[in-house]
Amino acid sequence: MIESKIVKLHKMLEEKEISCKELTQRYIDALQKDNAQLNAYVTTTPEAALEAADKVDEKIAKGEKIDILEGIPMTLKDNISTDGIRTTCCSKILEDYVPIYDATVWKILKSQNAVLLGKTNMDEFAMGSSCENSYFGGAKNPHNIEHVAGGSSGGVASAVGGNIAVYGLGSDTGGSIRQPASFCGIVGMKPTYGAISRYGLIAYASSFDQIGPITTSVEDAAIVYDVISKYDKMDSTSQGRKGAPVCDTLKNDIKGMKIGLAREYLDGVRDDVRQSVEQAAEIYKSLGAEIVYFDLPALKYALPVYYILACAEASSNLGRYDGIRYGYKAESYRDVNDMIKKTRSTGFGDEVKKRILLGTYVLSSGYYDAYYKKAQNLRGTIVNSFKNAFKVCDVILAPTVPMTAFENGHAVSDPVETYLTDICTVPVNIAGLPGISVPCGYNANGMPIGMQLIGNTFEEAKILNAAWQYENAANIYKSSDFGVKL
Amino acid sequence: MKYELVAGFETHVELATNTKIFCSCTTQFGGEPNTHCCPVCIGLPGTLPKLNKKVVEYAIKAGLATNCEIAEISKMDRKNYCYPDLPKAYQISQFDMPLCNHGYIELSNGRKIRILRIHIEEDAGKLVHSHGSTMVDYNRGGVPLIEIVSEPDIRSIDEAREYVEKLQLIMRYIGVSDCKMQEGSMRCDVNISVRPEGSEKLGTRTEIKNMNSINFIAKAMEYEFNRQVDLIESGEKVVQETLRYDDVTNTTSSMRGKEDANDYRYFRDPDLVTINVPKSRVKEIATELPELPAQKLERYVNDLGLPEKDAQLLVKYRKVAEYFEKASDGTKNAKTAANFIIGQIFRTVENESEKEKFDVNVSAENLNELIKLIDGGKVRMNLAKSTLDKMLETGKKPSELISESDMAMLDESALTELCKQAVESNPNAVNDYKNGKEKAIKALVGFVMKNSRGKADAVAAESKIKSIIINN
Repeated sequence: MIESKIVKLHKMLEEKEISCKELTQRYIDALQKDNAQLNAYVTTTPEAALEAADKVDEKIAKGEKIDILEGIPMTLKDNISTDGIRTTCCSKILEDYVPIYDATVWKILKSQNAVLLGKTNMDEFAMGSSCENSYFGGAKNPHNIEHVAGGSSGGVASAVGGNIAVYGLGSDTGGSIRQPASFCGIVGMKPTYGAISRYGLIAYASSFDQIGPITTSVEDAAIVYDVISKYDKMDSTSQGRKGAPVCDTLKNDIKGMKIGLAREYLDGVRDDVRQSVEQAAEIYKSLGAEIVYFDLPALKYALPVYYILACAEASSNLGRYDGIRYGYKAESYRDVNDMIKKTRSTGFGDEVKKRILLGTYVLSSGYYDAYYKKAQNLRGTIVNSFKNAFKVCDVILAPTVPMTAFENGHAVSDPVETYLTDICTVPVNIAGLPGISVPCGYNANGMPIGMQLIGNTFEEAKILNAAWQYENAANIYKSSDFGVKL
Repeated sequence: MKYELVAGFETHVELATNTKIFCSCTTQFGGEPNTHCCPVCIGLPGTLPKLNKKVVEYAIKAGLATNCEIAEISKMDRKNYCYPDLPKAYQISQFDMPLCNHGYIELSNGRKIRILRIHIEEDAGKLVHSHGSTMVDYNRGGVPLIEIVSEPDIRSIDEAREYVEKLQLIMRYIGVSDCKMQEGSMRCDVNISVRPEGSEKLGTRTEIKNMNSINFIAKAMEYEFNRQVDLIESGEKVVQETLRYDDVTNTTSSMRGKEDANDYRYFRDPDLVTINVPKSRVKEIATELPELPAQKLERYVNDLGLPEKDAQLLVKYRKVAEYFEKASDGTKNAKTAANFIIGQIFRTVENESEKEKFDVNVSAENLNELIKLIDGGKVRMNLAKSTLDKMLETGKKPSELISESDMAMLDESALTELCKQAVESNPNAVNDYKNGKEKAIKALVGFVMKNSRGKADAVAAESKIKSIIINN
C-alpha cells in the first residue's frame, strides 16, 4: 500500500511528533539543497512558509483541531496568482509581475494555513511538454536529471517527485498535469472542467484549462481534490464537486467495475508503455473488474482540434500583455504601437509566439470556417464519442504518454514529434473529462511509466477509486533520491 | 437630379446599473482616474468576468420597449483588437447571437424605423492626454453598454433627429439609462448614403463615428449628404470609409483607410456561460415596464381629451408626465392641470436637464389641491392663476395662500347686491348696452369681479346684470 504523505504528516503534527516549523524547515533546507539540480522552484517563500507554520503550531499548542491540509508544505505552479508573491508564468513578460489578489484555490488553501514553499517552474504560459520553454530554464526529472520533468507543470512534478514539496497544484490544458506526473513517477489529476475554480489561474486556453493536484499517492490527490473542488462565484464556468467527498469511496472494492480499453489509445505507443498498461488491465481483472473493449475513432481528430482551439483562445488571452499596465516593457520605442510590438516580440518566447500566430491565423476572417469552426464541430464529435464510451464502461484505461521522459533538449529539437506526444492526454481536455495519471511501471532505464484513468464528467470519485485500487494492488511506486525522507 | 438620404444608426447607450457588467465596481461617471477599478475590470492576468444579471434585465427592457424579440438563448463573444484603453485586448460583446432582434421605433409621420438588433457589451477606458504624455483612465472600462443597431430606414435629417430623441426618451422612461449625450452615456454612429430619388438601390455608405449631440448629428449628416451628392454630381465615387465629424469646422474627415480594416477575430468567450432567458422571465420583465411615451400620448389624447400638442409636451419627459398624472389625479378636467404645467410651471424650468429632473417649486400634490379647489367652485380661475404664481415663488400650499374669506363663496344676495351696485354706478355702460352695444355688459361684469375680488361667478353675474337692466 502506498501511504498517504498528507495523512501521515497530519497525524505527526496532531500528535506533536514534529512541529510544523520543524517540518517546514526540513523542506526548506532540502529545497535549498536540491533545487540547484532540479530547477523546480523559480521563486521560494521561506519566510511566509515559516510564518504559516508558526500559526499552525500555535493552534496545535492550544489544543485546537487542524484541518487536513493545515501545515502541510506545498507548492503552486507559477501561473496561479498569489497576492504579493510574484507570478511569472515563467515568461520574461511577467518576470516582475506581482499579483494584487489571490487565486481562489490559493485563497482556500491559505485559509487552511497551507505552507507555501514557493512557486514552481513551467513551460512559458503553460505551452509545452518538457518545461524547457521556461524563461528560467526547464525543471529536471528527479529520477534522472538528464531527462526533463515534463510539462507544462514540470516544476510541480519535479518538486513533488523530488520530495521538496508534499503536494502541489498544477494546471492541465492538454496534459500539463498528467504528463509531467507520468514522467516523474507520481500521481497527477486533471479534474472535470468546472470542478475547480479557474479564478486567478493565468489563462492559456480558457475552455481547456483546469487546476488539479500533483501528489505522490492517489489518496493525497483525493484529499487535495476534496478541499479545492468548491463552487466559486468568481468563475462562471465553476460548478464545484458533485456528490460526496471522493475520499468517502476511495477504497471501495471495484468488483464488477467496467474498465474500458480503446485500441486507438494504444496505437503508436512504445512497447514498454503498452506492456505496462496491459499489465495494469490484468491487475484490474484480478481485482474483479471487467475489461471491455471499444472503438474511439474520433481520437484521430484530437490533436488538430486541440492545437487549433487552444491556440485560438491563447491568441486572445495573451493579447493583454502589452507593457502598459504591468510586466515587462520594451526599453525604447517610437510610439505606443511600436512599444506594444517590441514588448511582445522580446517579452514572449518562441513557442508562445508560434501559438499566438497560429491562433490569430485560425480566427482570421477567411480562415475561421476552415479551421476554428471545423475544429469546434469536431470537438462536439469527440465529446459525443466519449459519452457513448461511458455507456459501455465506467472508466477508460489508457497510457498517459506514449513514451517516458524525453532527454533534455529533445523536445526543443523536434517540436512536431513533441506535439504528437500529447495524443493521449488532450482528448480529456477537449471533452472536459476528469483524468488521472498513476505510475504503472519503469522502463529499462528506470524511467517511470504512467497510465491514465479517464472518467465521465464529475466522476472523479470513480477514477480515484479505480486508481487507488490499482496503486494498492500493484505497489510499484518508487521514491526518487531527492528531498525529504519521511 | 433630386437625391434621397438613406441613413441607419448604431447607438451606444450606457446602462444605469449600479455596478459594471462583469465585476462589482461602481459605474458612476467621473471619479479620480482609476479609482472605480478592480482586478477584473483592468483585466489582470487570471481574472474572470461574471455577467451582471441586471445588465441582461435592462437590455431586455430596452428590447421590449423597442418592440424587439428577446432571444431565449444568446452568448457573449470576444471582439479582439489592440488599443491601450482596452485592458484585455478584447472587448466582450455579442456577435452572432444578440439578446434582442427585429424591433422598430415608430416616428410621428407613421414610418417605422426597423431595429435590427440590440446587444450587450462592455465599454472601454479613456485616454487622457496631458503635458505631452498619454495616460489611461479605466474607470469607464467595464461599464455596461447596449448597442442598438437600426436598419437603413431613415430618409431625412428630421427623421434622424426624431429617431434619436425617441430612443433617448424611451430609454429614460424605462429607466435603463440617463442617455446624457454630453457625458457620453449615449453616442451615435451614423451610416449614411445617398441615391437618386425613386431609386431602390442603396448607394455606397460612409460611417460617421461617435457623435454626442443631436445637433452635431444633424449638422454632420447634412454636410455628409451634400458632400456625397457633390461627389456623384461631379462624376466621382463615394468611398466606403469611416469618418470623424469636426464640430468646429463642420466637416467630416476620414479616420482610417481601408487597408487598416480591422479583423476582430470574433469568437465565443469561453469564460462566460450561455445566457438563457426563458419566455416566462421575459413576460415578467414586460409587466415591470412602465407605460411608454407612445402609449401615454395615446391615452392623454383619447381618454383625457388633451390636444395632441399638449400631450406631446407632457410625455417628452418622464418626470413631467408623472407630475401631470399626479396633479390631475381625481380632478374633473385634466386639461386644467395640463394648462397650468405648460402655461405657468414650464416658464420656471430653464433647460433640458431641468425639465428632465422637473424639480419645481410646486409639488404635484399642491397643484392637485389647487385644481380641486377650482373643481369645487371655491376658487375662480383668475384667483387660481395668481395663486399658482405665488406657489411657484414660495413653495407654499394653496391653503396657506388663499384666505378663508377669499375662498368663501359669494352668496346669492351678495351677488345680487353687487350687480345692483354695478348698474347704479355705471349709467353710461347701461345706456350703451340698452342701445345695442353687447360688449358694454363686460364692463359691468368687470365691476362685479373687481369688487368681489374675483370670487363672483362671471357667468352668473352677467345674467343677473342683464335681468336687472331689463327689469328696470
